[in-house]
Amino acid sequence: MKAHLSLTVNGEARDVVVPPHKTLLEVLREDLALTGTKHGCELGECGTCTVLVDGEPVLSCLALPVECRDRRITTVEGMAEGGRLHPLQQAFAELGAAQCGYCTPGILLTAQALLVENPGPTRDEIRHALAGNLCRCTGYTKILEAVELAALRISGARTGQARKEART
Amino acid sequence: MTKRFSVIGKSLPKIDAWAKVTGDTKFADDMVLPRMAFGKLLRSPHPHARITRIDTARAAALPGVYAVITGRDLPRVKFGILPVSQDEEALCVDKVRMVGDPVAAVAAVDEETAERATELIEVDYEPLRALMSIEDALAHPEVRIHEYGDAPNVHKAVALQFGDVEAAFAAADLVREDVFYFEGNTHLPMEQHAAVAQFGPDGKLTLWSSTQTPHYVHRLLGKILDMPPAHIRVVAAPVGGGFGGKLDPFAHEIAACKLSQLTGRPVKIALTREEVFYVHRGRHPVLMWVKTGFRRDGGITGMHFRSWLDGGAYGSYGVASTFYTGALQTVTYKIPAYKFEGARIFTNKPPCGPKRGHGTPQPRFAMECQIDKAAEQLGLDPADMRRRNLAEPFTKTANHLTVTTIGLGECLDRVIEASGWRQKWKALPPGKGIGIACSSYLTGAGTAVYWNDMPHSGVVVRADRSGGVSVLCGATDIGQGSDSILAYLVAEVLGIAPKDIRVHVADTDLTPVDLGSYSSRVTLMAGNAAIQAAERLRARIFDAVAAKLEVEPERLVARDGRVFVGDDEERSMAFAEAVVLGESRHGVLAFPGSYAPPRRAGKYKGGGVGPSPCYSYSACVVEVDVDADTGEVKPTEIWIAHDIGRALNPLLAEGQVEGSIYMGLGEVLMEEQVFRKGVHKFPSMLEYKTPTTLETPEIHTILVETDDPEGPFGAKEAGQGPLLPIIPAVANAVYAAVGVRIDETPITPDKVIRGLDLKRQGKSPRVGPERLPLVKFPEPRAVESAFGLPAEGIAERPFSS
Repeated sequence: MKAHLSLTVNGEARDVVVPPHKTLLEVLREDLALTGTKHGCELGECGTCTVLVDGEPVLSCLALPVECRDRRITTVEGMAEGGRLHPLQQAFAELGAAQCGYCTPGILLTAQALLVENPGPTRDEIRHALAGNLCRCTGYTKILEAVELAALRISGARTGQARKEART
Repeated sequence: MTKRFSVIGKSLPKIDAWAKVTGDTKFADDMVLPRMAFGKLLRSPHPHARITRIDTARAAALPGVYAVITGRDLPRVKFGILPVSQDEEALCVDKVRMVGDPVAAVAAVDEETAERATELIEVDYEPLRALMSIEDALAHPEVRIHEYGDAPNVHKAVALQFGDVEAAFAAADLVREDVFYFEGNTHLPMEQHAAVAQFGPDGKLTLWSSTQTPHYVHRLLGKILDMPPAHIRVVAAPVGGGFGGKLDPFAHEIAACKLSQLTGRPVKIALTREEVFYVHRGRHPVLMWVKTGFRRDGGITGMHFRSWLDGGAYGSYGVASTFYTGALQTVTYKIPAYKFEGARIFTNKPPCGPKRGHGTPQPRFAMECQIDKAAEQLGLDPADMRRRNLAEPFTKTANHLTVTTIGLGECLDRVIEASGWRQKWKALPPGKGIGIACSSYLTGAGTAVYWNDMPHSGVVVRADRSGGVSVLCGATDIGQGSDSILAYLVAEVLGIAPKDIRVHVADTDLTPVDLGSYSSRVTLMAGNAAIQAAERLRARIFDAVAAKLEVEPERLVARDGRVFVGDDEERSMAFAEAVVLGESRHGVLAFPGSYAPPRRAGKYKGGGVGPSPCYSYSACVVEVDVDADTGEVKPTEIWIAHDIGRALNPLLAEGQVEGSIYMGLGEVLMEEQVFRKGVHKFPSMLEYKTPTTLETPEIHTILVETDDPEGPFGAKEAGQGPLLPIIPAVANAVYAAVGVRIDETPITPDKVIRGLDLKRQGKSPRVGPERLPLVKFPEPRAVESAFGLPAEGIAERPFSS
């Protein structure tokens, strides 16, 4: 038995016909060819498959697409806007926060959700937000630094924008 | 004179960083081909059993199933990564030796159907006694896991002696004997292994796989599939973490190839996380006994080291692992006489093999903890004791290893200074402790896994009239950044930007052979080959430019994307223009570079394990909080200084050091690959504990440069060595904090509590192994100690750059 589902992924309407027990992870990777979302355990243990659903980090290996109808799904492919990388992506690249890069999409999205909620997190707050995302390469140090740099740049840009608006 | 570099030494982003942060990097399991089938392996539920019957009829009849195979459908040949241990079958035919041993494979329309089909395969087993520990395996010689080996269930037993250790002990002021145990643990790369195989209609095979060694897989597939290697192409996909876990040829790769041949379709097999725990090849559990003679000033007179390795069910790299547990003790401190005995025992568990630091973290843990104990007995500061007894640069060790530059003295000074060791040692409040340890590691294994006279690494650099440069190399980027290093080196030589270079790697059809990403060999070996190739290209380009500008080619320099007359900078041309001149004058511009390490293997059996062009050095200090109520050990701050020769890219080097520290912390505090009734106790990422962001403290990394003559622009390794010292440093810090010696890893709360209880009862506050297994080691081959002899055959710097 298959279900017809209409999903909104990275701002685009996507229709899929899939068995209803197929996970969001599988549908993203296999039916929508969005292979930027990775899998590390498929049991909800490692955070690798994290995507955003209505801006909230969700383990896509434990989520069913049926639950995601009428909700906004964001994958790593949806982070850059109009060819411009998200500040987190830019900072991760510049600071060496991605080594093998396999856990990177999940960490980027988790960090993105954090920065929306808390634009100026302390290092400890970043640690807590990312505690569910395992990385075996980096020792986390460069990841924490990259999130801090991105936060600074985002708030800097926002301040700059506010100043500009105040002037006009 | 300090050379001015334009690319080397800069903290540039990796060339593949953009692909990695956008999800664009295609790992093996991201690959989809038209008509692709999905494969699954059926694995044994028994740790040790004879297979009496396999019936695949019901599985084959399931709709959607394309093919079902057993070992009888494959050539009856055993294989293994080392020529001396050809003991594996892709699909077991007569016998299984561990839970997880594959016995059959299915290809089907999708993964779910394939999995359902494996459940329909009927296998009858006749269980055999499972030997789950070294003691078990030695106590039951009548039950043999393999028919080969140095004794029943003894895969390998070795003994080496360099100089007279007994005389050295007699001359010592203090002789200590200590016993240590290092628990097994696994790599746990975030990416589960995956492979896609495609047998073409032309009878040629292509395999894409998450492997660290496409060359070795290529070489062995020919044998395993009984087809000419010339008809096989192996491509390593970007690897989502390896750490040594993707260095063997694996059953899923072989099954995918065979299933593709039978179905005429591409076949993908991706392992589950549980399967990855069973595939393993990780850190050997090692029991160790070490006897060392010390002088009053802390100097070592001699050392006798014994190790017993629990090898698991197959050989893998185990013979090398065994020798490695005895090889590198001698390269950090002066040890004039040295004796080593080691044995690897087969057990019915997943095979152990190479994990980051291969065979050396275990003895390093033992040795550095023992030095700490000796320092206390001798009333010495353990940092000073180490500092005073460092090995001499450009000499040979007792076991005939040639060391070149040694930056360990500076490493020690820097971490002592940065950590405030002098103020903190013996001065911290109870429950807080500070510990120190040192280590060293290979920069590339001096010998290949099979003896041959060919290069260990090859690179082709080509340029064409577009001005574009391509670098072709068989090396595999497993996240450490080897693709980027190749780009930086070639960019430096050609005076262009890394962005002007495309790097194509790890494809046995298109790229020259590189042996693989292991033993910290790629930066040095592929790097030296890349520099040679780039210099050859540059020479041809300079030659053509010189003719055009009517100057001597020696006067030309390449910098900032241009070729200049060095002493007349007004005269220059763009690099692309220079390439056009070169191509016009010389034809196609494609030049090879080759590298083979110096032949320095000691002239004794086992002398091939340990030699390396040069060794990296690390010193580490850690501060810990130990909770006396819960037994919890919390590292609060870590300082590490690493002698990297030269940091080609400090950002990437720091990343390697930080990642090593993290992984070492996991090993010393929590990681355990352990079994109950033949089954892994916790084959899941939740219960196999690893450090998260919350357990990884601040790490202060200091890079020390010694400009080694063997390395590309002086570089040594950074990916493995820094894992080693954190493990004993934590153990030493725990002792400093609560006065309890935990002589086995991991240092879990229960062990700390047990140690504190012993202390309270007035007993020896030590937790660790009490008994040693009985193994008859062979008579050692006595070889004269080469200690202190001058190094020979050091590279004249092979490059003018």
